[in-house]
Amino acid sequence: MADRPVPVAEKRLMDVKLGELPSWLGTRDFTPNGLINSVRGGYERYYNKYINVRKGGIGGVAMLLAGYVALSYLWEYDHIKHDRWRKYH
Amino acid sequence: MLSRLVLVSGPALKNSGSFGACLVQASRSLHSSPQSQAPVPPLPEKGGKVRHGIFPEELFTLLYPKTGVTGPYMLGTGLLLYMLSKEIYVINHETFAAASIGAVIIYGVKKFGPSVASFADKLNEEKVAKAQEVKDIAVTSLAQAIEDEKKEQWRAEGRQMLFDAKRNNVAMLLETNYRERLHMVTSEVKKRLDYQIALQNLHRRMEQEHMVNWVEKNVIQSITPQQEKESIAKCIADLKVLAKATQAKATA
Repeated sequence: MADRPVPVAEKRLMDVKLGELPSWLGTRDFTPNGLINSVRGGYERYYNKYINVRKGGIGGVAMLLAGYVALSYLWEYDHIKHDRWRKYH
Repeated sequence: MLSRLVLVSGPALKNSGSFGACLVQASRSLHSSPQSQAPVPPLPEKGGKVRHGIFPEELFTLLYPKTGVTGPYMLGTGLLLYMLSKEIYVINHETFAAASIGAVIIYGVKKFGPSVASFADKLNEEKVAKAQEVKDIAVTSLAQAIEDEKKEQWRAEGRQMLFDAKRNNVAMLLETNYRERLHMVTSEVKKRLDYQIALQNLHRRMEQEHMVNWVEKNVIQSITPQQEKESIAKCIADLKVLAKATQAKATA
């Protein structure tokens, strides 16, 4: 579908082509205010999609918990490295 | 259903001063700027679909065109084996703990999920019903207020009729008063005029009588005794002549 040409700055990340990625990153707002706004926007999107509904399932909270588990494993990896069974893989 | 519990305990969280609550309140204030009058859209019925509790459906739809239905499962298996073989995921005592905790959690969710969900739904229903009730009461009271207002307007119209009747009364009073006074004026004027007429009549009569009396008096005064004797003698002579005349008539 060929819509009218959209300037790079307004595209969402999924619509940006690989070649346009640096210019797209250049248009993003990296000031502290901008960072906070982007974090807030992300939180709102997640909240309104999975939690702020009439019949929410377990997915909304479970995904957050799974993400927390994965992130904490990642942060502890340097310590867990020493529990490896074999030295060479 | 945990999401539902989150929603149910949402107000409690909002009252606490946590970061999440601040974000929620900020999001609420971001949602409705002071100028927008549009009604708030209702909550969506179901959230985004999630498969097996932790994988969003978007992943499966992303991979479906290229790899079909089993694609993401293959991806998952491959990733798992890769992480195990390269020991990016290390099997240690924590794995065992995680496995047991995971088993208990999954058992709990499968068994008690629906009941907790219906309980949370009931709580939500009650909240909504309460809010609806408040709204209904407000609507009925306002409708009642409208009815009362209309009745008052109708009464105000009736008051116009009252004023008209009163105005009529006052006009009638004024009219009768006016006529009374008019009548009084005419009668007074007539009385005065009658008085004047009577006065004039009296005057004339008195003048007449006085004049007659005066003339009589003067005439009587002017009759001297000599004249009186002559007149009496004449009268007797006349009477004799008359008597002769009548005698003659009677015998003829």
